[in-house]
Amino acid sequence: MIRPDADVLLEISGLHARVEDKVILNGVDLTLRAGEIHAVMGRNGSGKSTLSKVLAGHPAYTVTAGTVTYRGQNLLELSPEERARVGVFLGFQYPVEIPGVSNLEFLRVATNARRVQLGQEELDTFAFEDLVHERLKVVQMDPAFLDRSVNEGFSGGEKKRNEILQMALLEPLVAILDETDSGLDIDALRIVAAGVSQLATADTTTLLITHYQRLLEAITPDFVHVMAAGRILRTGGRELALELEERGYDWVDQELAALELG
Amino acid sequence: MGMSTVSAKSLASWTSDLLARLPAPSGPLAAVQGRGRGALAALQGPSRRQEAWRFTDLALLVGLNLNPSAALSSGSAADGFAADGAGTDGAALPGTSQSGPDTLRLKLDGGSDPLAGVVLPAGVSPLSESELVLALGHTLAATGCEQHWPVELNHASASQLLALRIASRSQVSLELVSDAAAELRPLRVLLILEEKAQLQLCQRLTATGAGLTSLVLEAHLGRGARLEHGLVALGQPDAALLAHLALEQEPESHVSLVAVSAGWGVSRLEPRIVQVDGSATTTLRGLQVVAGDQIADTHSHMAFGGPEGQLDQLHKAVADGRGRSVFNGAVRVPRAAQRTNAAQLSRSLLLSDRARIDTKPELEIVADDVRCAHGATVSCLQLDELFYLQSRGIAADQASALLKRAFCEEVLRELPAAARRWCSFESLLAAHGADAGPATAVESGRDDLEGEGA
Repeated sequence: MIRPDADVLLEISGLHARVEDKVILNGVDLTLRAGEIHAVMGRNGSGKSTLSKVLAGHPAYTVTAGTVTYRGQNLLELSPEERARVGVFLGFQYPVEIPGVSNLEFLRVATNARRVQLGQEELDTFAFEDLVHERLKVVQMDPAFLDRSVNEGFSGGEKKRNEILQMALLEPLVAILDETDSGLDIDALRIVAAGVSQLATADTTTLLITHYQRLLEAITPDFVHVMAAGRILRTGGRELALELEERGYDWVDQELAALELG
Repeated sequence: MGMSTVSAKSLASWTSDLLARLPAPSGPLAAVQGRGRGALAALQGPSRRQEAWRFTDLALLVGLNLNPSAALSSGSAADGFAADGAGTDGAALPGTSQSGPDTLRLKLDGGSDPLAGVVLPAGVSPLSESELVLALGHTLAATGCEQHWPVELNHASASQLLALRIASRSQVSLELVSDAAAELRPLRVLLILEEKAQLQLCQRLTATGAGLTSLVLEAHLGRGARLEHGLVALGQPDAALLAHLALEQEPESHVSLVAVSAGWGVSRLEPRIVQVDGSATTTLRGLQVVAGDQIADTHSHMAFGGPEGQLDQLHKAVADGRGRSVFNGAVRVPRAAQRTNAAQLSRSLLLSDRARIDTKPELEIVADDVRCAHGATVSCLQLDELFYLQSRGIAADQASALLKRAFCEEVLRELPAAARRWCSFESLLAAHGADAGPATAVESGRDDLEGEGA
């Protein structure tokens, strides 16, 4: 849903970043407004996962130039936990297994950290259980997974559902979903996509990072961006994703080569 | 080499000083005391020149000005310990004996007869003097530690013991607690589990002063017997713990030993288990937590005397500050022990670049048809795990407290319920003197959970 007058939630401008000595982001520009769904597509190594981690504040990446503004605030000066609390959410491509930490407790502590930021009352265990059981429906997740350790022994699909469950609990304004479709069978993809669609409202913006167009059949993006060599090479509508599906990424290489020659 | 090391000479003079101050041998262990004193006087004390003590410095011990305590001296005077027992038991441990419907709870003070005035539940009886003569020291010898210095120290000083027989096919739950002040606190326990007897033993050792707790526990498990032993040892930085747990297993018996220690200036735990004819199962779980300048050392020794024995061992350590953690896991599989199935894993968490962890499996396998797996890992808190938690709004310090707790929980959750009560993750942190600030936020959440669940 595109409304040109909608609030800008996230403004990325000239973003450069590196990991160790390797430059991975090379001048990313992107504007995300409330109500919009964006997709960033690109080959492995194009920098799209790095973009998501830089936005979430992963300590391994260093921003060397550019700005990221979240609702008028410099996002880059916030710690990872502060970014989460103010409403920026990263759905991990590979959710981390944490043996010994109860999933339910983890979800509750995370939810309360966000609620405190929003000036809401913290939820005790009973109130939280009610909330979490309601939100489980978003991803049709078995409550049994609440009693296990965080992501421990979860299948790929269960891990992704757990990510979307976290999103449903934290109610972010900016949701960045890194390859949420990877490792999902058709049914799980449909459920996860339905969950993401349900959580995308007129007040939020969603950035889908994906390699394939199949996720975009389930969630219709307003904008599709093609990323290569650490920058956005082209931006279009949904048809751009279809074009990529048909033509592959070879033309991207040619376009990039032309750019670099020029 | 710049570290202060206890020289054999200073430990020797400390020992002779101690021997000179011990009261005259008395009580049921008088003969043992006499022999122990002779042995201790002749024995060269542990020094870092000895392989088994290479990493563990007993300097703290030498600094202790140990009064053979009131309890010890009172052991020779019947009036004294009776009064002492009545007073303390009444205050700290209502009823002394029954803390649950079927639980016998005893307080060990190292000087009084722990069974004085106690009505034993069905299935439990004290060992007679003649039985004692036969049984006392048997398992120490069977597990090859009867002449170890810490054992001789216990022999020399212990004037009382707890010696119980658990009758065949009975089920007994026993709690043993000791809280040592600035004193030498020698504890001696002997347990005989008859065929198919089941014993749940929860043991708590704490310290409130600059003292030394010396524990020597022997247990003999008859065929098909089952021992579930949870040991929780929470000390303080100026207190020391030396403990030998010697267990002897007949075939088809089961041992589960979960030992958790934290907070001692120096602690040395030696679980020593022998499966006399194999065909038994042994599960060992250990967790030791060090910070400050603390040293925690576990030397476990598992021997299979026959075929088809099983061992499942996990030892974990958390080292912070300038703490030092030592684990040495010996497993002996001689030719007679074919088809032994043993697995040993040591996992350590290093939280400070000034802390030190030494971990070593020591497998001696002669039999050819065996499975003996072993592994050791030393890691820091995982960056990916921390980042994942942070990316959900959980502060960095709170996230590391969660991960530390998760690391410990794997062992803590295997403690028998009663021992688990004594040893929350908070108490571990408190004992090892960590900065409890960040942990408190998480822990308070946990408290809610437990409080409301109850």
